[in-house]
Amino acid sequence: MNVPNLIASSIRHSAMEVFSTMLSVDLGSDETTTEPAGSGPNDGVVSFIGLAGSWVGTGSIVCSPTLACRICSQMLQTESTAVDEEVLDAVAELTNMIIGGVKTDLERHLGELGLSIPTVIFGKNFLTKSAGTAEWVVERFGWEGEILQVKLCLAPNEKSGRHDPNALGQTVPLDVKPYA
Amino acid sequence: MESDILVVDDSAAIRKILQRVLRQTGIAIKDIHEAGDGKEALELLKSHKVHLVLSDINMPNMDGLQLLAALKASAEWAPIPVVMITTEGGEAKVSEAVNLGAVGYVRKPFTADQIKEKLVGIL
Repeated sequence: MNVPNLIASSIRHSAMEVFSTMLSVDLGSDETTTEPAGSGPNDGVVSFIGLAGSWVGTGSIVCSPTLACRICSQMLQTESTAVDEEVLDAVAELTNMIIGGVKTDLERHLGELGLSIPTVIFGKNFLTKSAGTAEWVVERFGWEGEILQVKLCLAPNEKSGRHDPNALGQTVPLDVKPYA
Repeated sequence: MESDILVVDDSAAIRKILQRVLRQTGIAIKDIHEAGDGKEALELLKSHKVHLVLSDINMPNMDGLQLLAALKASAEWAPIPVVMITTEGGEAKVSEAVNLGAVGYVRKPFTADQIKEKLVGIL
């Protein structure tokens, strides 16, 4: 079983289904890459959601403020021009649905997984760090000239059997700080 | 008869979408009430009579399964049909919700037709 390929395929299917059903949007062509556990500085809107069970990890969505507003406008049929609480909430729910779909798909291969409640960050020049060491599988989708990244890092749980898949909260410790 | 529906979800975005989608179904609806979690839902039910609860599962404070259990443990609220709407598509969560007394289950993402199909036989 090639887990990174499985993750990439699940992300692709889930993201396209969510955009098609909830936003009436056909996502453009996608590209799959991997990223090391540590990453460079971020700008824009970044969401995180934890996964836990026999495998543990984090799902994430990264996009520009413009794209976040576009997502919110399309999802809620409103006109969002600046990142506010409503926009962050829409991105959080998008994360919940896309990574939730990935989770359901992966459970058929990896066993039961729990999903935390999403966290969304909006800012400039900030670093994020997930305590996990697994590489991120990254799917990049094009939509109206903007790029939406859906990312997931997942690794076998060394404490499997003692972990509660229903536990809420950020299941892999997450650190966010300004990039000096 | 026009129905009162309670939508329970910690996401304001989903509550807003459900407000719109429910109005699009053509089902006779009087009011759509909103709660951000199970605790808020129980508080709201003390002062509002509803004919259906649509609830997410993963929520802070009191999740959808805890809310469902609390409703079914109450003589007053037990008859209210509860439909779960959630990203939790796994068999375990579905079984747990059904065992606790949920009458239906809709997976996110959802269409207006899927919501209508689920509710027509209930309301």
